[in-house]
Amino acid sequence: MSVIESLRRARSLLTRVGSASMVLCLALLAAGCRFPVLDPSGPVAAREKQLILISTALMLLVVVPVIVMALLFAYLYRASNKHPRSMPNWAHSNAIEAVVWIVPLLIVIALGSLAWTSTHALDPYRALEHDGETLEVDVVALDWKWLFIYPKQNIASVNEVVFPVDTPVHFNITSDTVMNSFFIPGLAGQIYAMAGMRTELSLIASKPGTFGGMSANYSGAGFSGMRFKAVATSPDEFEAWTREVASSGRPLDAAAFDKLADEKANAPVIHYAPGNPNLLQSLIDKYRHTPPPKETGPAEH
Amino acid sequence: MNPIFGKLTLEDIPYDQIVTMGAVGVALLGALGVAAAITYYGRWRWLWSEYLTSVDHKKIGIMYIVLGLVMLLRGFADAAMMRLQQSMSLAPNPGYLPPHHYDQIFSAHGVIMIFFATMPLVVGLMNIVVPLQIGARDVAFPFLNSLSFWLTFSGAMLVNASLVFGEFAKTGWAAYPPLSELAFSPDVGVDYYIWSLQIAGVGTLLTGVNFLTTILRMRAPGMKMMRMPIFTWTTFCTNVLIVAAFPILTATLALLGLDRYVGTHFFTNDGGGEQMMYVNLFWAWGHPEVYILVLPAFGVFSEVVATFSGKPLFGYKSLVWATIAITFFSFVVWLHHFFTMGAGASVNAFFGIATMIIAVPTGVKMFNWLFTMLGGRVRFSVPMLWTIGFLVTFTIGGMTGVLLAMPGADFVLHNSLFLVAHFHNTIIGGVVFGMFAGLNYWFPKAMGFRLSEPLGKASFWCWLIGFYIAFMPLYVLGFMGMTRRLNSYDNPDWQPWLVLAAFGAAIIAVGIACSILQIVYSFWKRDELRDLTGDPWDGRTLEWATSSPPPVYNFAETPRVTEIDAWASMKAEGGGMFVRSTPYYDIHMPRNTAAGFLIGIFSIGLGFGLVWYIWWMVAVSAVAMLAALLYRLFQEDIAYVIPAAEVKDIEMRRLEESGQS
Amino acid sequence: MTMPFDLPEAHSVHAPQHPPAAVDDAELTEKTVFGFWLYLMSDVVLFAALFAVYAVVGRSYAGGPTGRELFDLWFVLAETAVLLLSSVAFGFVTIAAHEDRRQATLRWLGATFALGALFIAMEAYEFHHLVAEGAGPSRSAFLSSYFALVGTHGLHVLTGLVWMAVTAFHLARDGLTATVHRRLGLLGLFWHFLDVIWIVVFTHVYLTGVL
Repeated sequence: MSVIESLRRARSLLTRVGSASMVLCLALLAAGCRFPVLDPSGPVAAREKQLILISTALMLLVVVPVIVMALLFAYLYRASNKHPRSMPNWAHSNAIEAVVWIVPLLIVIALGSLAWTSTHALDPYRALEHDGETLEVDVVALDWKWLFIYPKQNIASVNEVVFPVDTPVHFNITSDTVMNSFFIPGLAGQIYAMAGMRTELSLIASKPGTFGGMSANYSGAGFSGMRFKAVATSPDEFEAWTREVASSGRPLDAAAFDKLADEKANAPVIHYAPGNPNLLQSLIDKYRHTPPPKETGPAEH
Repeated sequence: MNPIFGKLTLEDIPYDQIVTMGAVGVALLGALGVAAAITYYGRWRWLWSEYLTSVDHKKIGIMYIVLGLVMLLRGFADAAMMRLQQSMSLAPNPGYLPPHHYDQIFSAHGVIMIFFATMPLVVGLMNIVVPLQIGARDVAFPFLNSLSFWLTFSGAMLVNASLVFGEFAKTGWAAYPPLSELAFSPDVGVDYYIWSLQIAGVGTLLTGVNFLTTILRMRAPGMKMMRMPIFTWTTFCTNVLIVAAFPILTATLALLGLDRYVGTHFFTNDGGGEQMMYVNLFWAWGHPEVYILVLPAFGVFSEVVATFSGKPLFGYKSLVWATIAITFFSFVVWLHHFFTMGAGASVNAFFGIATMIIAVPTGVKMFNWLFTMLGGRVRFSVPMLWTIGFLVTFTIGGMTGVLLAMPGADFVLHNSLFLVAHFHNTIIGGVVFGMFAGLNYWFPKAMGFRLSEPLGKASFWCWLIGFYIAFMPLYVLGFMGMTRRLNSYDNPDWQPWLVLAAFGAAIIAVGIACSILQIVYSFWKRDELRDLTGDPWDGRTLEWATSSPPPVYNFAETPRVTEIDAWASMKAEGGGMFVRSTPYYDIHMPRNTAAGFLIGIFSIGLGFGLVWYIWWMVAVSAVAMLAALLYRLFQEDIAYVIPAAEVKDIEMRRLEESGQS
Repeated sequence: MTMPFDLPEAHSVHAPQHPPAAVDDAELTEKTVFGFWLYLMSDVVLFAALFAVYAVVGRSYAGGPTGRELFDLWFVLAETAVLLLSSVAFGFVTIAAHEDRRQATLRWLGATFALGALFIAMEAYEFHHLVAEGAGPSRSAFLSSYFALVGTHGLHVLTGLVWMAVTAFHLARDGLTATVHRRLGLLGLFWHFLDVIWIVVFTHVYLTGVL
């Protein structure tokens, strides 16, 4: 039968094109060191990269055949073809129907189980498995800059966050303005910063370096400049940095915070000490001045 | 506040902004040119009686498409400005658009493209085609249809008014609170957003009710649900989605409006408001909206691929059930638009998997279209080229969509240019390609002459190549960590890709120019391109069984349907549906009315007054709208009869012209 | 209502085989009622969204008063009784119209209108009372969602009243024509629908708010 015949012919072609294009795509995706998303510097981002590559490869199993068939069928059955194997009334085949429902279904089952396990593994709220002591950092999104508070070290910093390598860092995140999204592409995924709510994110930097951080959610006129530096250093350098900040002699009191929050503009790096360890909770309470009987809103844990 | 002008002052008119004033100037010149031409040719009365007051679904469909194409131009101009800005705004160069202007442009681009370009194009095709495909005389409620159009028109005009008076929203097209709250957006932009969408939304909801009734109640005898053409099926599912989803948008925007006008606390930071409630509600409408747009496009491709392969559609039942499955699943995936809000892993995984499941019926459709070509004789006319372009392009968009549905991957790709590339990949590769395919396919039916093939092909190739050059770089930029909506940036690695994307946009601009040229040229050469047969493509469904353009009553005799491809089977049995000895009957048709037009135009005043707090204008407009509605309700003379003899004359003339007599 | 899939085939609108005039009104009524049901379904979605909003923020008092402190259940019960009675009165409108008794139809329409107007007046009084107590819609998210939900229902009733007045005028002028019959039928659907919504408001907002 001509259908089977042409299918068979198509298949051998497909196999070759499919494997070639997958190699090409993967090579393209992995190339270069300027792709922070694909050149991770921490285990979370590394897992996220791996997830992207596996899912893409799985989907190419269907995508490549579809694209090839689209071009091939159109070419083979063009009206100007001198030897058309015409089947003008052929419109049904149980075998093909079964294949076109089952194959995508199988791939989606594979992807779905991957989604279930990876989503739990990559849950930003999940504590990272690591022996070292976790560094706690509070993050407040302001118009249009980021304020980082180190409760234990009792210091604070604007648009600069420093942490030692190979140490789990746990961020508690909120906003004193509109919604923003806290994102350091080379180290971990992003999470929204929302007023009256606290979100969390954990990451580990596995090599030292300076990483670009930003707000990934549009937040108004100064959004484009709402960038910060995330610096992963050796433990000693981190200690030195905290000492340097602690000596800045600029306390993060109510007046200093209000000045910072009310000035709707981007900001340079500013250091504060002492750093007001309770600020995050008091900002959340400000918007939730009477706690509802039962906590509502999916973002509160 | 001024009692006469509300919040509006002379300072709200941006005289000093060259770009805005230039755009306004071009638009005004265009409008003046059209008005002058109508006056020169003495066509005002014709325009009024044949179009503006028409309740004929075919005329209304044409008006929707004109609106959609005009707004597509405006939306594209916004896109071009953004591409130009980003291609130059590497620090320290701030580019030529300050945030105040740039932020309005990307918000307006999204709103216009979704609500006032693609929606009118989709609804326009539905209007022209569905009653013909099911063998009906018109839609169920012709007056409501006219009203729907004019409300949509008013919404579009309100968005355009924001160009001259004040400004548009600077919030992005989804207008997330608290940014869209009065505390953070005290200007009128968000109010323009709310009222233009509310007014147009009422029109869309009425369209939904109208087309569901039409499809469920007015099919030709013998046309069971499982014999309906696929375009009618996808239209049916789209309208189910409209009726079920648009009220959610109406409620959500009403609540945002209450926050802004009355000081309520639905989505505010304080007072117990929940900003994420807006986000949930918005996407509970927003995700079905995606399918409201793309399902009719799927319908177009189904019709086109069958016609131009000269074969029945492969796996009709499979396609129908796939469409129904997509309709259902589109309601249980909304959370994938905000995995990053911090919901639990199980919630995210559930919505991620639900999203992936949609890929199954969508994949099935892909295969059905592919196997329709198998064993056929494929003619590469313009509609078919768009279809093949779609098959390749949309597959890539679908793949990146499933990738984004993987919550772990979405954490690094969300809000990035990868996301922007993905949804343009599906909306341009799916909806826009579909609308161009449909436009080329049904143009002869609506207008009576075909569109020029060479220019159509030029347009297609420019769009296709331009699309890849414009959007593939955005995927790359997403992997480079570039987020969307950036006005300027400091990463020099990004710039070459952004320049490339701008170049792609320029190629698309050439494609758009070709499309305009195609329509103008074909109008000029309309006598050579005239379709006298009514069936220029050897079509398979009932719309090709009547003349091009069809008479106002569509079919002299209601067709009887025995097969899925009703017209193809009639042709196969010999001759078609016209038997010369057919006795003709009187036909009752609805009479034109100005009520829909008037209500629509007055609603512009209503919206404008609400935006600027001009309360007298609100009151006057509301009373005028009510008066126009009452005028309609008490109109007695709403139908007329076309006598059998006249029907016979029209039909005989047609047979003569088509050479069948 | 028939489900779409049960329909073996739809009827053509103006099947030429029938004498057109006789068919038109019956078919138009059937189509219109069907379309109106669809519109009511969309209205259900609108109210569902508002109920969902109330479910989410209905206990976000922001330090303000709670439902238990604000609601007078007996007053609301009286409101409910008035609205339900108006629906009963509309039942008599339908019967009278069915029997082609123009005056009786008008009288019952008047009774329905009066009860509906009383309901609106009571609701306006309640709202005014709340605002005067400092429990207006901008006090807290709970009150915002309360006013939005109950107010949207009230706006529907108000629209129904305007529609009723227009139809009564139409009826008084033209008598029980096919058009008037059809519009009375739709108005009846709308009016009873508002009852159903109110019952849900009563239990969901007032009863659970107080108990």
